[in-house]
Amino acid sequence: MTDAASTQGPARRRSFFDQFELDTRLLGMIGAFAVLALTFHFVTEGRFLTPRNVFNLTIQTVSVALMATGMVFVIVLRHIDLSVGSLLATCSAMMAMTQTVVTPEWLGLGLNHPATAPIAITVGILTGAAIGAFHGWLVGYLGIPAFIVTLGGLLVWRNVAWYLTRGQTIGPLDENFQLFGGINGTLGETWSWVAAGLAVAGALWALWNSRRNKMRHDFPVKPLWAEAVIAAVIAVAIVGFVWLLNSYEIPQARLERMFEARGAVMPEGYTEGYGLPISVVLLVLVAIVMTVVAQRTRLGRYIFAAGGNPEAAQLAGIDTRMLTVRVFALMGVLCAISAVVASSRLTFHSNDIGTLDELRVIAAAVIGGTALSGGIGTIYGAILGALIMQSLQSGMAMVGVDAPLQNIVVGAVLVLAVLIDIIYRRRTGDRT
Amino acid sequence: MSSDRPDIDRTGTPLIELRDMQKSFGGIHAVDHVSIDLYPGEVVGVLGHNGAGKSVLMKMLSGALPRDGGEIYVKGERAVINNPRDARRYRIETIYQYLALADNLDAAANLFLGRELTTATGLVDDAQMEAETRRIMSRLNPNFRRYAAPVKALSGGQRQSVAIARAVYFNAEILIMDEPTAALGVEETRMVAQLIDELKRQGLGIFLIDHDIHQVKALCDRASVMKNGRLVGTVDVHEASEDDLLGMIIAGKKPGEAPRLEEVLGGEVH
Repeated sequence: MTDAASTQGPARRRSFFDQFELDTRLLGMIGAFAVLALTFHFVTEGRFLTPRNVFNLTIQTVSVALMATGMVFVIVLRHIDLSVGSLLATCSAMMAMTQTVVTPEWLGLGLNHPATAPIAITVGILTGAAIGAFHGWLVGYLGIPAFIVTLGGLLVWRNVAWYLTRGQTIGPLDENFQLFGGINGTLGETWSWVAAGLAVAGALWALWNSRRNKMRHDFPVKPLWAEAVIAAVIAVAIVGFVWLLNSYEIPQARLERMFEARGAVMPEGYTEGYGLPISVVLLVLVAIVMTVVAQRTRLGRYIFAAGGNPEAAQLAGIDTRMLTVRVFALMGVLCAISAVVASSRLTFHSNDIGTLDELRVIAAAVIGGTALSGGIGTIYGAILGALIMQSLQSGMAMVGVDAPLQNIVVGAVLVLAVLIDIIYRRRTGDRT
Repeated sequence: MSSDRPDIDRTGTPLIELRDMQKSFGGIHAVDHVSIDLYPGEVVGVLGHNGAGKSVLMKMLSGALPRDGGEIYVKGERAVINNPRDARRYRIETIYQYLALADNLDAAANLFLGRELTTATGLVDDAQMEAETRRIMSRLNPNFRRYAAPVKALSGGQRQSVAIARAVYFNAEILIMDEPTAALGVEETRMVAQLIDELKRQGLGIFLIDHDIHQVKALCDRASVMKNGRLVGTVDVHEASEDDLLGMIIAGKKPGEAPRLEEVLGGEVH
């Protein structure tokens, strides 16, 4: 069974690494990230890869990573969205006003009502979807270049947010809403292990399912041992990550307050880790959904087809104008979800929230291997790109690199990453 | 090749009747009251200079361009064709000059583009589509192996076979081929010619847009020549000589009324 490959045409000699059929680009990015992390760990004398810093790194990455998954679709479709940071601000302003004025006062629900967070998030998502769809309509139906529409949007929505809030900081936000912010909302050790178990089971099921599917059609499959090694690596990575976050312990004073709030007394010597932040769980769920959309739905297939050859897509009967509206609307929804995470991490809405995020988001997507010429890009790549950018930024801050130098390095890395990508594609015979 | 050509029965209902087709761009009549028909098992060449209107005419049939006037009859029934999806419902498939493949997708994704097979849960069923693609390609291009590669990594002939597989898989009855061999080498051109012969034996009707008179003589049964948006005429390629066809293309005159080719060429060189 393991040598089904040999039934397909002349047997090729396959090297040890070929047997894994891995995405070399993904490996390259993971390698770059590992080198980066170990370098910082060494230079900071062991402060970079601590539970605390890894925890902070992940919650800092979530907001940009969420939007980067949507930016992949936008760029794959040969467009660009420069307005995501401003759109995030408008969504954040709408949600902040909803939960501090609309629900407590107009609807008379008072503060911290259980319905507040769902209502606010719904308002935010509808706002994001509507504005995104409007951008998509301007681009797809009226034919205005996305660069111009979203450059205008960059100014318009930043200042709509300002106008709506009169430039004020709005907070504190609803308590339940703040659970999406990172440190204020974590699963705790037990539930984190449960989540890790589910994730491992899900990954194994996906691997097994894909193998079974291939065998049903008599397609070549990897040797079983290679499959097992991949499964083991994934399982160890998931468990290791959760173990690291679980070892970041909640400070004693904070634990005592948590017990007090529940009306209980903290047992002597009790410790508890933070575990998985809810925002990270949210990112993982969004990443899974977006990956399924990209690879297994008609919508995703059409986005990639229209990005690869817009004329071919049209001739195949695909409505590329409506497709543009859908993609920008999806981008808007992700800006709203990102706004939930960003504003609840701050615990308030501030006037400058999301400023310059458009550049971080585009950089994350591009570092993650999304080709600006369209048709090529992956969700996991964009998330890894966001993680690499954030690691670089906070690593340099830890080392004590001057602020201007930090930005110089980040800018140079972006350009260098694209150069490496171009060289890689040339070597592998892929043209962009 | 032309010796063993079966006779085409043109007494029944045509597969396609294009009646009085019109299309203008601004003030220019790209297609000016053109009528052509196509019978089962027949290859009709559509000839003319660049800008003669042959591609525009075919695009109206394939639904890629809306028409300004005229009617399309498929097997005697008036057909409503306003977009590519409509045309596909009438089993009209088109193989475009530039192949109309999404370069970044693999053969199976291209073959099923716009008509993906889905699982019970509504997700695209890539494994099933690849299996179907392997099945059809084993017939059209038995040496083809590169199912996992994006089509940009394929040779011109392999790409062409993917484009043709798309038409064949969905049981096209009417095939429009826009210079199908323009980008191909000698051997690959021969393969496409063989395939056209096989398809017409199965009773398909084929419109073949081509520049190459030799190829038209070899592959087609009739040829319709266009010039400046108008139909010069439709002739049986066995009866018309290459000079006759050239005269129609260049001078816009039917055989008999056409001046000698040398005169035309002489007249154009000032």
